Amino acid sequence: MKILGWAGAAALAVTLGATAQAENIKIGVVAPFSGANADLGQQIDKAFDLYVKLHAKDIAPHTVQIIKRDEGPPTGANAKTVATELITNDKVQILAGFAFSPSAIALAPVVTQAKIPMVIANAGTAWITNLSPYIARLSFSMWHHGYPMGAYAFDKIGCKSAALAYTDFPPGKDSTEAFKTGFEKVGGKVTESIPLGSPVQVPDFTPFFQRIKDSKPDCMYVFIPSGAHATGVTKAYGELGMRKAGIKLIGPMDLIPDNKLQDMGDAAIGTIVMGNYAVDLENAENKAFNEAWHKEYGKDSYPDFMSAASWDTMHAIFDTIKKVNGDLSDGGKFIDAMKGWTGKGPRGTVSIDASTRDIVQDEHAMEVIRKADGKLGIKVLGTTKAVKDECKELKIGRCGS
Amino acid sequence: MPQFAIIAVSILFDGLAYAMFLFITSVGLSVTMGLMGFVNLAHGAFAMAGGYIVVSLTRNLGIGFAPSLAIAAVVVGAVSVVFERGLYRRLYKATDLEQVLLTIGLAFMAIATATYLYGPIPKSVPLPNWLQGDISLGFRAFPTYRAFLIVLGVALISVLWYGFEKTNIGAKIRAAVDNRRMAESVGINVDLLFTLTFALGSALAALGGGLAIQLFGLSPSFAVLYLVLFLIVVAVGGLGSLKGTLLAALVIGVIDTAGKYLYAEAGGFFIYAITVIVLLIKPAGFYGRE
Amino acid sequence: MAANDTTAAAMTPPRDPAATAARDRAAEYLVSRHRYRWAEALPWLACIAVFFLFPDRLTFGSQVLVMVLFALSLDLILGYAGIVTLGHAAFFGIGAYTVGLGAAKFGWTEPVSGLFAAFVVASFGGFISGWFLLRYRGLTLLMLTLATAIMMQEAGNLRSDLSGGYDGLPGLVFDPLLGRFDYDLYGHTNYAYALVVLAVVFYFVRRIVYSPFGQALTGIRENVRRMHAIGSPVHWRLVTVYTIAAGIAGIAGALFTQTNAYVTLTVFDFENSAKVMVMLILGGTGRLYGAFLGAAVYMVLEDYFSKLSPTFWQFGIGLLLVLAVLFARRGVLGLVEQAGVYFAKNKNKGAKS
Repeated sequence: MKILGWAGAAALAVTLGATAQAENIKIGVVAPFSGANADLGQQIDKAFDLYVKLHAKDIAPHTVQIIKRDEGPPTGANAKTVATELITNDKVQILAGFAFSPSAIALAPVVTQAKIPMVIANAGTAWITNLSPYIARLSFSMWHHGYPMGAYAFDKIGCKSAALAYTDFPPGKDSTEAFKTGFEKVGGKVTESIPLGSPVQVPDFTPFFQRIKDSKPDCMYVFIPSGAHATGVTKAYGELGMRKAGIKLIGPMDLIPDNKLQDMGDAAIGTIVMGNYAVDLENAENKAFNEAWHKEYGKDSYPDFMSAASWDTMHAIFDTIKKVNGDLSDGGKFIDAMKGWTGKGPRGTVSIDASTRDIVQDEHAMEVIRKADGKLGIKVLGTTKAVKDECKELKIGRCGS
Repeated sequence: MPQFAIIAVSILFDGLAYAMFLFITSVGLSVTMGLMGFVNLAHGAFAMAGGYIVVSLTRNLGIGFAPSLAIAAVVVGAVSVVFERGLYRRLYKATDLEQVLLTIGLAFMAIATATYLYGPIPKSVPLPNWLQGDISLGFRAFPTYRAFLIVLGVALISVLWYGFEKTNIGAKIRAAVDNRRMAESVGINVDLLFTLTFALGSALAALGGGLAIQLFGLSPSFAVLYLVLFLIVVAVGGLGSLKGTLLAALVIGVIDTAGKYLYAEAGGFFIYAITVIVLLIKPAGFYGRE
Repeated sequence: MAANDTTAAAMTPPRDPAATAARDRAAEYLVSRHRYRWAEALPWLACIAVFFLFPDRLTFGSQVLVMVLFALSLDLILGYAGIVTLGHAAFFGIGAYTVGLGAAKFGWTEPVSGLFAAFVVASFGGFISGWFLLRYRGLTLLMLTLATAIMMQEAGNLRSDLSGGYDGLPGLVFDPLLGRFDYDLYGHTNYAYALVVLAVVFYFVRRIVYSPFGQALTGIRENVRRMHAIGSPVHWRLVTVYTIAAGIAGIAGALFTQTNAYVTLTVFDFENSAKVMVMLILGGTGRLYGAFLGAAVYMVLEDYFSKLSPTFWQFGIGLLLVLAVLFARRGVLGLVEQAGVYFAKNKNKGAKS
């Protein structure tokens, strides 16, 4: 009996030893590193690198290996090819990143087939998470900002009527649809809805805005991709003296990405956006995040909402690796373990909705101000706690399926 | 003033400012293609280089916006001579396709270099006070910067017109565009002329690049992003024609602006529709040689 | 052909045996040009070798094959007929959306018949636009084709309820190939499928190129006036080849949609038209295998450089293009041929000494 007991203990020790074995987990990062949107990739990539650098020890004895590939233009096809190869050739166990919705959409069937978890750090088309049970999103859906902005603009900013202007691609339509739904629900009147051309080129915004200026709405809700377009919007808005004419500029936070804000000048002051992050957001994690960022990348480099979401993306991945103790053999188990994850990050407390695998986060109404130190910054006007993706809550269009 | 008249004036004003940018940036391309039949797809890269020089001068050295524009034009013009003598020259006798390959290659390299030097985040420039704000004409306020674009454009056109039509060099260039062999046989040094016009065209592109920062922002992909637009102006205007390029810039600038203002839903359509219509009727463009 | 030879011989009775021999050699040369050479097996053997050597990389491999097919269709018009276009993506896009819409809206999920549908629809588009546009040449034609492609993209965006706009048509599901082979994660089925389609199309393109029709096209490319003068129906010949090339580009587009199970409006991008042209010129125009080499070299190097440096890889590609123009005037295929000639000479030398 005694011998058997010893043997049992030994066997137990062996099993324990096996589960505590150090795993090297391969994470494939797909982000746009080249082309017209290369700066988005940079914002994502820097945050990933920073998190891994500072927190690699958290998952000891396990280690992660990051393999980066260029997402390329938002065609879907390119991202699909490189991400599939990350799975088949480089044998990655987790995919992370994805700035563009088409990339995530194209890849959804692949990750379902390969049973590889795919954690989205930006792509914002609302219904992406419905496409595969292996997708989780840490960034936002267009509805996170657009929908609450509708009621806020009507009640608090004093927009009784609003003109909508959006870059003519699905996130733009998504965002304006979200705003319109929220805005009209409380009695707001949409005067017109203007597409601003393709996301590829920054257009000359002046004729579009001149038209809106002539129709004199209270507010102008603008969605543009947060790359080069954002600066163009502020410049045209400023040049045309629209604020003086009494038309307020509002929108999702893509209008004033932190890394371009200082370049926008006085024209940006007074812009009110709804969003989940700004460098000036006050919480301990954000302060530490910004300090670490400036220490690593210099004082003139700023994180933005994509960086904050990417930081949380890596945070959630690391926490889940700990939770499953480095066992990535079953992607489904990994995603299950990630459901309901809650963490504190630069955006405050965020969590992953267990039923939709989409982010739940606080939304802040923020106004651009000139700070005491002479730099541009934001002031939080109001906060809505724990906002879910309303598109899926209200089951609108594809979000309902 | 009735409402529609105000709208018409404002469309004309915005369209004119846009047209001036198009003209300044495209005219060099038109002349080089007209004179040598050289397809220079790196033209946008010269414009981008001009833009980045303006950014560096204004931001890092604190030089004013206007002098920075001038310096950028001169520097890029001078550097372009190096490229012309060192690389382009070898391919004058080559096919269009090889020229396309070479210049696209150069544009790619320029994009990567700019990304390396300036990063991918779009840059803007601080405008001096006298270019900010707007000018009110009672019934309407016009952005000062656009008024500046128009004034600068008109001034440049006058100088170019004088140079082209009234000076000896201008006459030689026109002769060479019309018939290169004949021009050479009467003793005109077409090679030298080409180097000169190439440098001038690149300098103007650099100026256009500097002016565009305020309109579109400046990122490395500027080198190829607006190339199609410039090619359209050149094709619609007619190769090598100053008058044609100007007319094309005006037509495209104004109609595009009007389209965006009046019928934004189909905003992207207008430019291409005009291109197709003009070229179907006049295949060589407004003032091109058939 | 044989009848022609005899009549020619009857008209000019052989006087000088040397002249007869020379004429025989010339005839022999002309016939031999379209005979299959052993070297032609090399690219196909390479493609098959890739299947076994790099089983984990076939998703990328199938994308290369799609681009080879696309470049081949461009070679037919650019290389053989001298039609310079910057709007070839229009037909690629038509093909891509034919199978995409077919699967998404009409339940037409059988892949092979989808290719035929794409060929028919894209050819039709090519015929219509070719009939209008091929009266023009040079920069005018360039801009007209470019504008046509972009206007199609804009039209697609206006009707994004149908096209899905820039988010595209997601989750397309196609039937297993021939009812038997399902699409695996590793892209084995896709690669084999693309390779077979490429081989079949290549066979037909080769037939066309070496037919009298193909020779007439080369004639048009080299000297339009003379072809007019000898009464060749130049416009119709150009429209015909443009129609065929458009159809083949449509097949490439359809393969693109099927292998990706996804399509967005970006297939109509100017970039797509420009890239395929750059690939073809890089490989060498008017020589069939130039499309092969160009697309493969460009994409493999792009893949390699972008792994090396995801941010600055364009520098490498740019440098490649510049060097190719300066040192390989007839494209990569030209280099290969030169190397072949060089070795053949050396071998002869070795034999003599």
